[in-house]
Amino acid sequence: MKRNIILFFVILVSFILQTTLFQALSFGGIAPNLLMIVTVSYGFMFDKKYGMVVGFISGLLMDVFYGEVLGFYALIYLYIGAANGTFHAIFFQDDIKLPLVLIAVSDFIYSIVCYVLLFLLRGRFDFQYYLTNIIVPEIVYTMFVTVFLYPCILLLNRTDEDTERGDHTVV
Amino acid sequence: MSPVIKRKKRNFSIPSKYLLLLLTCVCVGLMSLTFFTDYSAMPLNKLLGYIIVPFQEGVSRVGAWISVRVDELGELRIVLEENQELRKQIDELTAKNTQLQQSQYELNNLRELYKLDEQYSGYDKVGARIIARDSGNWFHAFTIDKGTEDGLTIDMNVIAGGGLVGRIIDIGPNWAKVNAIINDDSNVSGMVLASSDIMMVRGSLQLMDEGVIGFEQLIDSKGLVQVGDKVVTSNISDKYLPSILIGYISEISQDSNNITKSGKITPAVDFEHLEEVLVITETKQQVAD
Repeated sequence: MKRNIILFFVILVSFILQTTLFQALSFGGIAPNLLMIVTVSYGFMFDKKYGMVVGFISGLLMDVFYGEVLGFYALIYLYIGAANGTFHAIFFQDDIKLPLVLIAVSDFIYSIVCYVLLFLLRGRFDFQYYLTNIIVPEIVYTMFVTVFLYPCILLLNRTDEDTERGDHTVV
Repeated sequence: MSPVIKRKKRNFSIPSKYLLLLLTCVCVGLMSLTFFTDYSAMPLNKLLGYIIVPFQEGVSRVGAWISVRVDELGELRIVLEENQELRKQIDELTAKNTQLQQSQYELNNLRELYKLDEQYSGYDKVGARIIARDSGNWFHAFTIDKGTEDGLTIDMNVIAGGGLVGRIIDIGPNWAKVNAIINDDSNVSGMVLASSDIMMVRGSLQLMDEGVIGFEQLIDSKGLVQVGDKVVTSNISDKYLPSILIGYISEISQDSNNITKSGKITPAVDFEHLEEVLVITETKQQVAD
């Protein structure tokens, strides 16, 4: 229960910061994708189911406020959350390499799907431009933010997880 | 007693593959709902508007306050230097002013011809503040802090600094989403003011970096349209009110079909530093009635 309340606030705060603060801190019009960080982190920190639910809620938030079609982002985030849930088996708390790699790969896949469905199908063929000007900067910025945001998410969920495992010695 | 409860709890959880299937169906259902009906997430819009918009307003107000303070410190030095330069300019400008007064007479005549001024001030407008921007990097729509409670509806035109910004495409009780004309999925029917030639003004993510908007399908057989010509919204658009300034032509070239022309427009609005906008509280349909 406590974990669910924390989860709700983490998603809400990420969405609010992503649309306000990080839009102001954007470099060349590129803002980091905080909801992706949250979705991926929850996916492999807990399990598939958590990843799915978090992804679905995050995507639905984006759909309601900025989506053309309701359910579009929700579907993408849902599958990204589910896919990251399969990496729960190799998750260790103090390892930041795995989250970095997973978030980068997930963000790349998300961007490619967005490009193909929202741009390529409308006849915008200059993939190289979008790759170098939107996709790669977004991944780099998102990874940079991950370094600071991921420990926070970890810290918020640590006590809960440890008592569940009966494992208090984990740093 | 307790084992029973425990077992119940364990049985309650759904296997993840069924949850995935279920949520996928929900997504597909929602997508088809928005595709095939006019349903636009109204109940969700309302609920989320009350939860999220107050926070967004707060955060962006704090952000605006900080950025103003930072700007003030940096600008103080520049302002002092500028002051001296400006004094010199005042002398020059007084001389020029007399010349311009003559031109003003000419301008008044032209204005009367186009009735531009009259149409602009004739519309009722409501001021609104931008509180959040699109969460993704692909589109650049933004949210303003007024909604249906302030009398706004979908399709109302949004202007700033005398030029067209975009129109409202989604709305909640205390917020509205504005699609800017520079956005990649925006099309506006425009008209060259001097020659009344119709064109299609299309936003593009690629051109957004250069700060321009593209236009195409301009039929200008006499070759009258030149760089620097004013472009306004045309009469034939069903969403945009007529004769709102879009910008000035900055580049023009003949298409390979030799019939139409395309090029770029420098918008009249500075989209990079947009903070406050005006919403015209009339829609095209209302005006027509």
